Amino acid sequence: MSRTEDAIRASGSRALIGYLPVGFPDLATSIEAAVAIAEAGCTAIELGVPYSDPGMDGPVIQAATQSTLERGFRLEELFEAVAAITARTSAPVLVMTYWNPVLRYGVDRFAERLAAAGGAGLITPDLTPENGRDWLEAAERHDLDRVFLAAPSSSDARIDAAVAGSRGFVYTVSTMGTTGARNDVDLAARALADRIAARAASAGTEALRCVGLGISTAEQVRDVLTYADGAIVGSALVRALGAGGVPAVRELAASLAAGTLDDGPAFAGTQAADAAPAAGAPAPSTPAPSTGSTHSTEKGASA
Amino acid sequence: MSASQQSPSLREQHGPWFGAYGGVFMPEPLMAAIDELAECYAECKADPAFQAEFARLSRDYTGRPSLLTDATRLSEQAGARILLKREDLNHTGSHKINNVLGQALVAQRLGKTRLIAETGAGQHGVATATAAALFGMECVVYMGEVDTERQALNVARMRLLGAEVVPVKSGSRTLKDAINEGLRDWVANVDSTHYLMGTVAGPHPFPEMVRDFHRAIGDEAREQTIALTGGLPDAVLACVGGGSNAMGIFHAFLDDADVRLIGLEAAGDGAETARHALSIERGAPGLLHGMRTYLLQDDEGQTLESHSISAGLDYPGVGPEHAWLHDLGRAEYQPVSDTEAMDAFLALTRAEGIIPAIESAHAIAGALRLAKEQPGSTLLVSLSGRGDKDVATAGRWFHLLDEGAQQL
Ligand SMILES: Cc1ncc(COP(=O)(O)O)c(C=O)c1O
Repeated sequence: MSRTEDAIRASGSRALIGYLPVGFPDLATSIEAAVAIAEAGCTAIELGVPYSDPGMDGPVIQAATQSTLERGFRLEELFEAVAAITARTSAPVLVMTYWNPVLRYGVDRFAERLAAAGGAGLITPDLTPENGRDWLEAAERHDLDRVFLAAPSSSDARIDAAVAGSRGFVYTVSTMGTTGARNDVDLAARALADRIAARAASAGTEALRCVGLGISTAEQVRDVLTYADGAIVGSALVRALGAGGVPAVRELAASLAAGTLDDGPAFAGTQAADAAPAAGAPAPSTPAPSTGSTHSTEKGASA
Repeated sequence: MSASQQSPSLREQHGPWFGAYGGVFMPEPLMAAIDELAECYAECKADPAFQAEFARLSRDYTGRPSLLTDATRLSEQAGARILLKREDLNHTGSHKINNVLGQALVAQRLGKTRLIAETGAGQHGVATATAAALFGMECVVYMGEVDTERQALNVARMRLLGAEVVPVKSGSRTLKDAINEGLRDWVANVDSTHYLMGTVAGPHPFPEMVRDFHRAIGDEAREQTIALTGGLPDAVLACVGGGSNAMGIFHAFLDDADVRLIGLEAAGDGAETARHALSIERGAPGLLHGMRTYLLQDDEGQTLESHSISAGLDYPGVGPEHAWLHDLGRAEYQPVSDTEAMDAFLALTRAEGIIPAIESAHAIAGALRLAKEQPGSTLLVSLSGRGDKDVATAGRWFHLLDEGAQQL
């Protein structure tokens, strides 16, 4: 069973997934920061592995991961961090990694270490399902989630491959660009989330869709959750951690988590505009009756 | 060395895979563009009208065929007959223009109006800026900050041609990081933009396509060598950064089993030091820039920085077809240090009155070394570019600049 999927469903398909690079600004702080954002309301944690050539990352994450590499980051820190974080929170920990470090480490060995540390699975930005046979086999052996990307430009056939290859959720790329906070999350995200749902349905399955790239505010989280199962926030959290340490990243995560509340009590100011749910919001985004509301109440208390 | 007579022609090999190398390892958002490009290039390759237009531009704009020069004075000093394939005489001063014109035609067919490119030495950037001017397209060139400093003249040339030059400050601030930044731009602007990869690297179809656009180098040189000497050369030598001028000249000779193919990689401070760009000789297979190939990486798969006096060879990876030819044993790859390259730079300049690009000087150095091992042999060398851009570097290296003289 997929722990990531369980967690997203338990949130009533109103998941908040927070990205932080492992080892930034140092190992201990990165562990504290991940635990803090989980406590503040993140449904799942996405831990990024610093890499020399991060083609999908924007300037904020690049700067953070580059400084982490410069201080001598080793993969051993990743497994240590995953173990430490999962010991302290129940939020699943997914690892976001470019593929060459995994290849070099050995795909099966990496999967084995990750599973042993308590990790939930991998998000692989530069590994597409057609190149992922070794990984899919290893993931099966070690019962790990595998999250592939779908983009606004993806053909139907490529979306089908992402749906078929993924377990946990499909990473729904909001915009044609790299990571980095944006003012508007593209309309393209909604269209893509709908396409993924439709392709999955026509294949007789269901796919959870979490939207990432460019999300930095509670309002954006709330908007995304009208049509998708989760919102992924990266650069904004990394910037907060860099500027204000663990307290700042905890505070930001809590404010983002307010965007997962369907009645949005923390958002009196914007409630008028948001009061009417977006017309035509797909049915799956309606919170599941019991778990969803419990979760919301908890977050309401902490926000 | 026996590439068996029965085995299929090495010249027929095409992407996405060259043995275990190549492939398409790109983030999903770029896959649609890559697929579209591969499809379009397959059409172009089979289209006589496309090929005729490419041949016309190569002739009337680039100045092809390029000359083959019998370097008699250098040969006399070296003890072997050295023939120079004069890609330095092409418009814009290097082989890079061959590929750029081909890809600009492909971009036009795709309806793209904006070209982006990475550049190391600046020759590919200059060629791309030139094609953008010729085709009326917008142009942005990404160049590592380190390279904008050592190739300042080419930065000015690109700007004169109307291109925007973006100094890249991330990572090692050289060619590999310029490629990363170019790819990020491509993801964000893929509808309007063609990424004009400058070497036989990257995901399919780039390695095959770029090689095809440079094939004329070897096709012409093979004929010219036979016409001049009555036979094939004993060896063909070319410098290898990503490997485009080398693939261009090697390709015609792949099935000539008696002709040695020798790629010269930049050894920087020396093959025995950690500061080099010996991707094939010192690297290990891995992924970079969308391909599986030999690359300089640490034990955890982090790409290592390469080092070379020559910006155009300062790249920690290499085109997948070279990786394949290396494993097959069909081509050999040898190191040439900064010092050896600069000695050869001066030797050619003084013997023949030809100032080569420092990249190309690595190939000359390889030929001078081989001449000592095989006196009397015939060596065909790819003179991939001219050295105008390198005059400041050479001036400093040889202490030729007057005290207080205005620096470039
Ligand atoms: C003159 C010249 N030769 C060679 C190269 C290296 O590229 P490649 O190995 O693709 O031929 C460059 C690259 O900038 C160049 O300018």
